[in-house]
Amino acid sequence: MANVTLRNVRKTYAGGFEAIKGIDFDVGDGQFCVLVGPSGCGKSTLLRMVAGLETITGGEIDIGGRVVNQVEPADRDIAMVFQNYALYPHMTVYNNMAYGLRNRGMAEPEIKTRVEEAARILELGAMLDRKPRQLSGGQRQRVAMGRAIVRQPKVFLFDEPLSNLDAKLRIAMRVEIRKLQRRLSTTSIYVTHDQLEAMTLADILVVMNGGQVEQIGNPLDIYQKPATTFVASFIGAPPMNLMPLRSDELKSQLNGDSRLNEAGILGIRPEDFVITSETASGGVALGLTVEAIEKVGAETFVYGTRQKEEQGVAATPGELPPGEIIVRIPGAVGPAIGERIRAVAAGDKLHLFTADGRKRVG
Amino acid sequence: MVEHRPLSDFIAYAILTLGIFVVAFPVYLALIASTHDAATVVGGNMPLTPGSHALENYYRAVVVGGARAIREPVGQMLMNSFISAIGIAIGKIFISILSAYAVVYFRFPFRKTAFWIIFVTLMLPVEVRIYPTYKVIADLHMLDTYAGLIMPLIASATGTLLFRQFFMTIPEELLEASRIDGAGPFRFFWDTLLPLSVTTIAALFVIQFIYGWNQYLWPLLITTQDSMQTIVTGIKKMLYTTDELAEWQLAMATAILAMLPPVAVVVFMQRLFVRGLVETEK
Repeated sequence: MANVTLRNVRKTYAGGFEAIKGIDFDVGDGQFCVLVGPSGCGKSTLLRMVAGLETITGGEIDIGGRVVNQVEPADRDIAMVFQNYALYPHMTVYNNMAYGLRNRGMAEPEIKTRVEEAARILELGAMLDRKPRQLSGGQRQRVAMGRAIVRQPKVFLFDEPLSNLDAKLRIAMRVEIRKLQRRLSTTSIYVTHDQLEAMTLADILVVMNGGQVEQIGNPLDIYQKPATTFVASFIGAPPMNLMPLRSDELKSQLNGDSRLNEAGILGIRPEDFVITSETASGGVALGLTVEAIEKVGAETFVYGTRQKEEQGVAATPGELPPGEIIVRIPGAVGPAIGERIRAVAAGDKLHLFTADGRKRVG
Repeated sequence: MVEHRPLSDFIAYAILTLGIFVVAFPVYLALIASTHDAATVVGGNMPLTPGSHALENYYRAVVVGGARAIREPVGQMLMNSFISAIGIAIGKIFISILSAYAVVYFRFPFRKTAFWIIFVTLMLPVEVRIYPTYKVIADLHMLDTYAGLIMPLIASATGTLLFRQFFMTIPEELLEASRIDGAGPFRFFWDTLLPLSVTTIAALFVIQFIYGWNQYLWPLLITTQDSMQTIVTGIKKMLYTTDELAEWQLAMATAILAMLPPVAVVVFMQRLFVRGLVETEK
């Protein structure tokens, strides 16, 4: 059981490329921390630095009260689950799990107990004599987890462990990982680019972009109060609608809001709109022309263009084309294409950011 | 594209059969020649059916030697060939798997240079560097020894390249998983890399065994005693005799015997190949 603390951690490659630009965070004992961000944001690099597979060029990583910068991966008391599982293809499931224990000189009866316990938890009992190639993707995934569990490490590290599975299995395994982690209450760090995985698994969510932390916190807090426009558009699907606050129309609707002095961008989540003819006091009403409709059964997504819109918030990943607004309405009943609608959001549903998108206002 | 047209099938089979016939006929002829007595073979009208002297010819070839006592019997030559071919194959596998491991998995100064130096030796087979190599072996007093037969032929880059290519297909995560599992460089090599390389090793063994077995120029140069010559050089010597007719029936029996070990190696190792190909999943 251990805390993991990162203090101003940096990674600069030999060529001068700075992959990690000074990251601080703390994962408490038994917590599940998820690092999420677009590809190339440095999340995997950071995880590999915690594992000891990448050198640390600046700052400190502390596992269980011990600075591990110069400690070999095997001696950091961590276990890692890889995206492609990295099972030893020539070893049976049993030996795959037992290998790390044998290398540590553990007695064979103790190894047997541990492997069988892990196999029981992961329902791999019938497969201990098989080779990895005889297993399905989900089973291989479980063996990879088993290899981590038998070690009884201080920290589990997961590097996008579910990316190679099909959608259905991914959801099932996601729940299993969470249950397992709760049961073992082992501190875990989990890397993913899937914001849904991130939201559902995390105790602490770390949103990363360009080698830096954009926001750290409880997933729901991050969802409800994103700190930057990047976080706002990355967390949540479909992404938050972002509009520049240059048009007089929007400004006049928000008239009297004290935040308006600082704010340059207005954000509204698709589900916070209501299609109505009434006016919300303190809120915003947008006149939209419906361009496309997606009906997925329980909910309907309406894609509309604002009339007389000014274009041009700087595009960030996951953001909509300027001027396009997504509205999510429950049920399968929606407007027709070409119809003009009025989407209204209440005053407490508005997110305001500075014009560069780097800071939340209010 | 699966088509069943009787005519094209017939043509294909005919061409293939002809090909097999062309390849196999000389071998068949050698086999037939080894079963007749000297007079029949030399007479110029050798029959295409087996003769009655097979046992006698093979017995003389393997145990007694030729009519004149200048030649060793084939048994000794087979042994020499076998030792040097095995030595070359194993020595080469040993050296190349280690050098490939170093080049692929270790970051040391001048790693690229080391690799290119190894690579360049591909362009320097024994035939090209024959004088300096002879000089080195002679100065080391290794003429007429197994070490002298084996060592110069071990040194070349084919195996290193083969293993390097194979190692580079092994996912890096496997190395990382081993590191986290507490396996050092030696354990990773022994526990993971070597078991995964079995089929590559088998392939290289077949290639190098046959390469070593078929060596002609080098053994001819460095062996002066008949007791050290290999079977390939031995056959050649059987055909050049002064003052008397070459004993073709013995030479043919020797040729047939010389063919057997490489064939056996291919047949035996092929099973390993196929098993490896079927089992390996990438």
